[in-house]
Amino acid sequence: MPIKSYLVFPHEGQQKALEAALELLPSCEVIPAQNKDIFVLVTDTSDQKEEEDILNQIHSIESLDHLTLVSGFKESHPS
Amino acid sequence: MVTNRRKFLKQLAAASAMSAAASMFPGIVFAEEQLEGLPKGLINWKKAPCRFCGVGCGLLIGLSDGKAVAVKGDPKSTVNKGLCCVKGYHSVMAMYGKDRLTRPLIRENGKLVETSMEKALDLVAGKMQEVINTHGKDAVSMYGSGQWTIPDGYVASKFMKGAIGTNNLEANARLCMASAVTGFISSFGLDEPMGCYEDIDHADVFVLWGNNMAEMHPVLFSRLLDQRLKRPDVKIIDLATRTTRTSVAADRSILFKPQGDLAIANAICYELVENNWIDKGFIEKHCSFKEGKTNIGYGLEDKFKFSDKAGTITFEDFKTFLQDYRPDKVEAVSGVSARDIKYLASLFGDPNKKVTSFWCMGANQHTRGTWINNLIYNIHLMVGKISTPGNSPFSLTGQPSACGTVREVGTLTHKLPHGVVANEKDRKMAAEIWKVPVERIPYKPSYHTVEMFRALDRGDIRFMWIQVTNPMVTMPKLNRYRDAVQKDDRFIVVSDIYPTPTTDIADVILPSAMWVEREGMFGNSERRTQHFEQMLDAPGEAMSDTWQIIEVARRMGFNELFPWSKEDHIEEIWKEYARFHEGKKHGMAPYEALKQAPGLQWPFVEGKETKWRFHAKYDPACEGNSFDFYGKPDRKAWIWARPYEAPPEIPDTEFPFWLNTGRVLEHWHTGSMTRRISVLHQAMPRSYVEINPEDAKSMGIKNGDQVRLVSRRGKIELPASVHERGQPTKGQVFVPFFDESLLINDLTLDAFCPISKQPDYKKCAVKLEKVNVIN
Ligand code: SF4
Repeated sequence: MPIKSYLVFPHEGQQKALEAALELLPSCEVIPAQNKDIFVLVTDTSDQKEEEDILNQIHSIESLDHLTLVSGFKESHPS
Repeated sequence: MVTNRRKFLKQLAAASAMSAAASMFPGIVFAEEQLEGLPKGLINWKKAPCRFCGVGCGLLIGLSDGKAVAVKGDPKSTVNKGLCCVKGYHSVMAMYGKDRLTRPLIRENGKLVETSMEKALDLVAGKMQEVINTHGKDAVSMYGSGQWTIPDGYVASKFMKGAIGTNNLEANARLCMASAVTGFISSFGLDEPMGCYEDIDHADVFVLWGNNMAEMHPVLFSRLLDQRLKRPDVKIIDLATRTTRTSVAADRSILFKPQGDLAIANAICYELVENNWIDKGFIEKHCSFKEGKTNIGYGLEDKFKFSDKAGTITFEDFKTFLQDYRPDKVEAVSGVSARDIKYLASLFGDPNKKVTSFWCMGANQHTRGTWINNLIYNIHLMVGKISTPGNSPFSLTGQPSACGTVREVGTLTHKLPHGVVANEKDRKMAAEIWKVPVERIPYKPSYHTVEMFRALDRGDIRFMWIQVTNPMVTMPKLNRYRDAVQKDDRFIVVSDIYPTPTTDIADVILPSAMWVEREGMFGNSERRTQHFEQMLDAPGEAMSDTWQIIEVARRMGFNELFPWSKEDHIEEIWKEYARFHEGKKHGMAPYEALKQAPGLQWPFVEGKETKWRFHAKYDPACEGNSFDFYGKPDRKAWIWARPYEAPPEIPDTEFPFWLNTGRVLEHWHTGSMTRRISVLHQAMPRSYVEINPEDAKSMGIKNGDQVRLVSRRGKIELPASVHERGQPTKGQVFVPFFDESLLINDLTLDAFCPISKQPDYKKCAVKLEKVNVIN
């Protein structure tokens, strides 16, 4: 049950397109900065497979420049 | 309740990312409602440096019910400004693998059986003493790591050199950072970078020399990409032998032939001189020109000896030396067009651009590793782009405390916590601080890592204590050294947290406390010392490596050298160790300050960190009001004439491919920790060989086909990777070394740089065969 947060960077001038594309994805919450062209993205997935699928989908979005992982939590303890 | 907790965790995750964004983009604003209503108290956060790579990200470890449950980047850390990579995020899970070693094991009649820590430590001390009595003190040895904490390394040095009186102490940083050290010492007289990560915020051009930063130093690479977004003129140039994620993200990828970097660096200097792009005033005032020995060998034979000798030359001599490196003359040997070399030179030569170079294993694991380090410094010195914000030749480190522990504490055969064993003044200082007779510290270095394992093979060494490292995966020409450790009458002690191929050959296995299960400090690539407290109990009888050494030393009668209590030993060790570095050139931050800060850089002088060394504006140790390279007696930086020399083993008709080895993003070194983190293991479950698509096509090899690699030393079968993550140049293959079931080091060569004694894991010759699978 992973929850992760990322900083997401669009290609120049493509923040709106990226925001729209991310909002279409399931398990994703997008928080745009109000005065910079970056977003916070929080993914909340039920298992690792779902998380990988989401990440693959995100990476295939053309307006995405790159994203950086910031933090992560597991609902259940890793052991 | 579950929903509430989940909502809370999501809010926390979002808040962490917002803090990270705020550190990177001061003034950034998010809608206020996002931060409202954030409950407090469920998780207790404590700071620690990341357990894994040498970037040394500051992390916050989330603790709940006596367990580590979460990780986030520490927004207060200037290293990572709240960011963290996939390894860092999963780092706490490395403590909870099912097969964690929790009880000591000793070998009886060929089988490992459980025993108590008391008995195991008695056995280690007894055996060590027995070997000393029978074969002499130089028959015992200790082999540690750049993943040792600073206190681990310090007590190891005091134990081996000050108590027992042998220089048989080495660490695996010999395999990753030794050429960086000799590069610094020969060019500047003092080790470790003059710059800091803040250079990233100022540089206009980043030249990466054989450094796949996107995978190996991912958080720093994110910072480079962020700079390029903020300042579109920023350029990233990837100079490499293989196309990687770094090349793809770079503005320009320039591929060169293995060992060609030596020729490229000299050709850049040629161009700088030819176009008069040099900074004459800087060179005249602050640089000397030197030449060393040439045709210096490769250390392939046992007991190989070499020492370099610096001879002074003039700037005119240096210009004459460069004549062999006109860009069109080096195209063949480097594989890089004259046009690309001129382009690189133009970047360094542009007076309006600040240039930072980064490098790591590509330059260091090199039979001419010291030379290529010198040559990169030459370029920066020729244009005066050094020791000022954004102008930085920056040697990155691989391990979390290769700098802090191995280089600063000096856990190498020739080193002491301050200076070298060969220097009487340094020996006297150590003897005084340790309160031992100076005669006890031998003045002659004994064995560097490769030679130490050769000595074990020959029988000159009979006892080895290995901590926090896995040489039965990482030694080059592994076949020889695996046989060596298994010979009769060799006694091997291994301290680790999981079973590995190295614990497999141990006579005693001591379970270690890991990372935040004990107190300690790491020192990262930018001279930053980072303290972490004990946050968790170690499982079972696991004990910190520091305390294991103290226990054994006490059993051998050295109580008075290790008088500390369990409660305060780390603080007392730090205070004693810091005495070695007192002064403006290397002063260390006090213990109390380290406990508070997310990390502090040395030289720490009068309560302040030194960000850039060797310039009076930033470095209080400087004399005058501009550059002062005070590490050398002439207070100048040395520009070295170092030629291109070929590597010892070059592909031929029988073994037509270069073999290059290295790491992958998901795994830390030999994977003993990261392969136990299911997410990382599943993302990268086994090793593979990357093959250039044209080579694969001509040999009828498809992605996933099983292939055989054969060198003069060994062979291995593994799946082919074509058109996947990385792409070697034609005639080259690449294999990661994280997979203990596919030991690529059975094939590698134990040739090393004769100056640094660091092996070259990037170049040897292999043949590639398709394995015909019979159904
Ligand atoms: S970049 Fe290195 S130090 Fe930073 S989180 Fe990743 S592994 Fe840890």
